[in-house]
Amino acid sequence: MTEQTQDTFNIAGKDFISRLIVGTGKYKDFEETARAVEASGAEIVTVAIRRVNVMDPTQPMLVDYLDPKKYTYLPNTAGCFSADDAIRTLRLAREAGDWNLVKLEVLGDQKTLYPNMVETLHAAEVLIKDGFDVMVYCSDDPILALRLEELGCCAIMPLGAPIGSGLGIQNPVQIRLIVEQSNVPVLVDAGVGTASDAAVAMELGCDGVLMNTAIAEADDPIAMARAMKLAVEAGRAAYYAGRMPKKLYADPSSPLAGLI
Amino acid sequence: MTDITINGDPHKIGEGQNLVELLQDLKLDPTKVAVERNLEIVPKTTYQDVKLIEGDRLEIVHFIGGGK
Repeated sequence: MTEQTQDTFNIAGKDFISRLIVGTGKYKDFEETARAVEASGAEIVTVAIRRVNVMDPTQPMLVDYLDPKKYTYLPNTAGCFSADDAIRTLRLAREAGDWNLVKLEVLGDQKTLYPNMVETLHAAEVLIKDGFDVMVYCSDDPILALRLEELGCCAIMPLGAPIGSGLGIQNPVQIRLIVEQSNVPVLVDAGVGTASDAAVAMELGCDGVLMNTAIAEADDPIAMARAMKLAVEAGRAAYYAGRMPKKLYADPSSPLAGLI
Repeated sequence: MTDITINGDPHKIGEGQNLVELLQDLKLDPTKVAVERNLEIVPKTTYQDVKLIEGDRLEIVHFIGGGK
């Protein structure tokens, strides 16, 4: 890469500059959500689909704080535990927002929120046939990741650790294998706890990182959003710079010649 | 009056109401929501033509903050 400014990545035909995708849940209020998203520099935000409160329609709506014309809304199926629920949710999302780009997530277990890959594969197939551009949350199994790409998913999004755990990237080897084999963007989705975790994901060669809790549950979400922006940029730059090889023993930085 | 279900709760609406009129009564901006009627998505462009009948089950949803 010669020009940093040209370092965009493409999802479903659209170029994005920011490699940080942020969730919009768990914030104190919409005001804080909007400020954190702004500070993160994210161009894509994930959103959930839920029933409108018909008893109190005057309640503020997310779209009043985050302009869908400014940010790419990425409806996701968080909370869905079957392919059918996920498909139904995303069809509603498409009608609500009038766009095809979605994030598929079918969970398999309440305690770990690990993806149910059998249901995920089924849902991905149905949604892609139905014209959706599907970014897919998945396990870190390279074989299944490849299968999702073959089905036509437009981004592969393996977890780095369980959703909301903040444990950091627990599986750098698997993530790297998926990065190496994929011809569509690979983003770490879930597991990031702090800025260094985001940098690790990017140094592995990922195209981006998706996070929510790491920002929303920081003591100062706005400051953490900015930290994550910088970490993703730093990790990306380091990946392209090419790190030095690791060695077992010391190697002095000052020349030995001329030593008194 | 016509009895329908909205988001799981029973509602009484005026006889022969269409979806545009219902959303108006509920003070909901049609551009900000999506509607499912008896498990079928209702395209926004057809709201005017959808006359609600006894026993209809509607889901009215919108985007909320959410990550994972």
